[in-house]
Amino acid sequence: MTATGLSVGVETAPAVRPARRLAARWYLLIVLAGLAVVSLVRVITGAEDLTSSGTVGAALTAAVPIAMAGLGGLWAERAGVVNIGLEGMMVLGTWGAGFAGYQWGPWAGLVFGVVLGALGGLLHAIATVTFGVDHIISGVAINLLAPGAALFLSKQYFSDAPGGGQKQSPPITDAPRVSIPGLSSALDTLERKHWFLVSDLAGLLRGLTVNVSLLTIIAVLLLVGTLLVLWRTPFGLRLRSCGEAPVAAESLGVNVYKYKYYAVIGSGVFAGIGGAFLAISSSQFRDGQTGGRGFIGLAAMIFGNWRPGGLAAGAGLFGYTDAMQLRGSDAVHALLLLLAIALLVLAVVQFLARHRVISAVAAVLGVAFGWWYFASDQLPPELVGSAPYVVTLLVLALAAQRLRMPKADGKIYRRGEAV
Amino acid sequence: MSRLTPRTVLLGLAAPLGALVFAALVCAVILIATGHSPADTVQAMITSGKRPRTLVNSLNSATNYYLSAVAVAIGFRMNLFNIGVDGQYRMAALLAAGFAGATWIDSVPGPIRIIGTIMVAMIVGAAWAGIAAILKVARGVSEVISTIMLNAIATYLGQYLLLKLAVPVAGSNNIGTRPITEGGQIPGFDWPGSTSKVYGLVILAVLVGVVYWFVLTRTRFGFDIKATGMSESAAVASGVSVKRMVLYSMLLSGGIAGLVGMPQLLGSSHSYSLDFPAGLGFIGIAVALLGRNHPAGMALAALLWGVLDNAANSLDVAGVPKEIVAIMQGVIVLSVVVAYELVRRYRVRYEQQKVGRELGMTRVPAAAGVGA
Repeated sequence: MTATGLSVGVETAPAVRPARRLAARWYLLIVLAGLAVVSLVRVITGAEDLTSSGTVGAALTAAVPIAMAGLGGLWAERAGVVNIGLEGMMVLGTWGAGFAGYQWGPWAGLVFGVVLGALGGLLHAIATVTFGVDHIISGVAINLLAPGAALFLSKQYFSDAPGGGQKQSPPITDAPRVSIPGLSSALDTLERKHWFLVSDLAGLLRGLTVNVSLLTIIAVLLLVGTLLVLWRTPFGLRLRSCGEAPVAAESLGVNVYKYKYYAVIGSGVFAGIGGAFLAISSSQFRDGQTGGRGFIGLAAMIFGNWRPGGLAAGAGLFGYTDAMQLRGSDAVHALLLLLAIALLVLAVVQFLARHRVISAVAAVLGVAFGWWYFASDQLPPELVGSAPYVVTLLVLALAAQRLRMPKADGKIYRRGEAV
Repeated sequence: MSRLTPRTVLLGLAAPLGALVFAALVCAVILIATGHSPADTVQAMITSGKRPRTLVNSLNSATNYYLSAVAVAIGFRMNLFNIGVDGQYRMAALLAAGFAGATWIDSVPGPIRIIGTIMVAMIVGAAWAGIAAILKVARGVSEVISTIMLNAIATYLGQYLLLKLAVPVAGSNNIGTRPITEGGQIPGFDWPGSTSKVYGLVILAVLVGVVYWFVLTRTRFGFDIKATGMSESAAVASGVSVKRMVLYSMLLSGGIAGLVGMPQLLGSSHSYSLDFPAGLGFIGIAVALLGRNHPAGMALAALLWGVLDNAANSLDVAGVPKEIVAIMQGVIVLSVVVAYELVRRYRVRYEQQKVGRELGMTRVPAAAGVGA
């Protein structure tokens, strides 16, 4: 169990693809087109919650922990270390935020969450980098260890605290929230008109600009910061080279072990921030609070093709389905139609790209979801929670040839040993 | 693989024992740091562990853990990570419970019902694992990622299906499938001094262990599995179809995973409900690692895990959070894999030195001969 799984069935993406980067305005156009489709579905189904500012705000809150976990995965995997211990590191972060948060406020909670997450990352780094343990096994061990440790500490320190309990911390005050002044009421009026596209844009903007937690803003800055650090600095180049070709990097004088340590500890820091955000935004630590968000973060990163922008899109999408669960069953039901349309669009795109089989699979699935929408009155909320995972499986199955993970990802690197 | 000498035996045992000692030390430090007495904690666990009831429960837990570990180990032997045993086992237990609890089945003779239930569980487990297998061979999707996703999907789908199949459980707000009637149950074994019984299906676990040993060491299929695990390219070169092996071993792993819930379902709970334990698949990974995928080693590890889990239940009463045992288990897993790696490195160096010495020995007389 020293290698990294079988390579059977893996088709590597062609190394040199003609550079075909879309300009920013094209992305904007795609987003607008997507919004138009959502708006159309809203008008057809009458599910106003699809784009209400309440939904968008809730989606943003739900997306931040997922995005932070995803960033954690991104940092580690870009340096070639797979980190499925993110979930455990997030749990440590939630406890840290609970412990410091109820005593000294949300900012102290954030700092403690970061410290504990970093400790989890350090553990993973020691196991995988120094001792060369298989990355998956170390991650599983951390996922076993961390919830136990968090619950142990919770019983130890929260049981007798005022307002606390065996499995929960005393309440934490929320981080300050800000709004862009003057926008709220105008957008609110527009949103209530329920016009096609215009009201949806208003709902989107209002959700993104009104009553936003400072923690959310920090998360957005971290996302942009990661993009800049990893792709625009020598440090980032060296770090990514450890994930692509560690032997080559070492031969050029990069201390691969050191960079892997930085990356994996950083990974723990981001997971810790995600955990701290969860605890602070729901104003206490609770046992089992993460609910698999570390894994959804990993899924968001894969969905985003190991890039910060894609990761943010994935986190937004998954946060959106998460927020949807709490909304009315109308909105949830409308999601089926959205999924059907998305799959049919994919089918057309793939058909034009001459991927006949994938196109056919996507078309069949799209028709099936469409049929499900028209044949049923509502979607059971139990199933909505599985949406991020189903979407990720679909993306992996249908678009695997477009995904490209770091080349030496998950491979154990020992200095001086031939590969 | 290598000959049995005192040295190899010692090296083989050094890693797991060293890990256990290290984990115990870490936990002692944690206990002292949080103001508890390690001696009292151990005392409380031993007192609890001696009770017949705890022993029976430990054995029953170990049965589940062992099946889960074998399911994981089949994949491990060929470098395939079936992280999804957890989801496979839950889907299988739920649907098997729905099958065995259906009203029409009451008139079917008992043995057929039981065999049918177990078959359903194995088929469902294999099918759920089969999704990951197909994604792997057809699209090259990492089985780690797809089984993690399938675990989560199983959780939500399980909740949904349970609501469809469920009848209210009397006297609680738990919901479960319709209880299996008398004929479809498997009676347990009595244990002196305890009211709870040992699962009848403990025999199934032993059987699975024997079959696992036989298949791996005495069949061509087992050889192909191990060959693929050690070197994929060498296996391909000697004519092994790795795709077929991935498919078969994943289905087999899923089938065994389907068995994990059976002892509890047929032996004690008789219905699948919300409180069926989650995380058994991950315990299976831990047990398989500690037991080095060896049928007997995993049995010992499963027993250790069962005893630790059940003896811990008395700790909360004694004022020590029982999660100290979860911490200990996590530390054991992490330190045992580190220890295996250290032992492996030591062994490689030792063998290199030995070879070097032997080569040196043969050269010395020759040199002396020249000098004379």
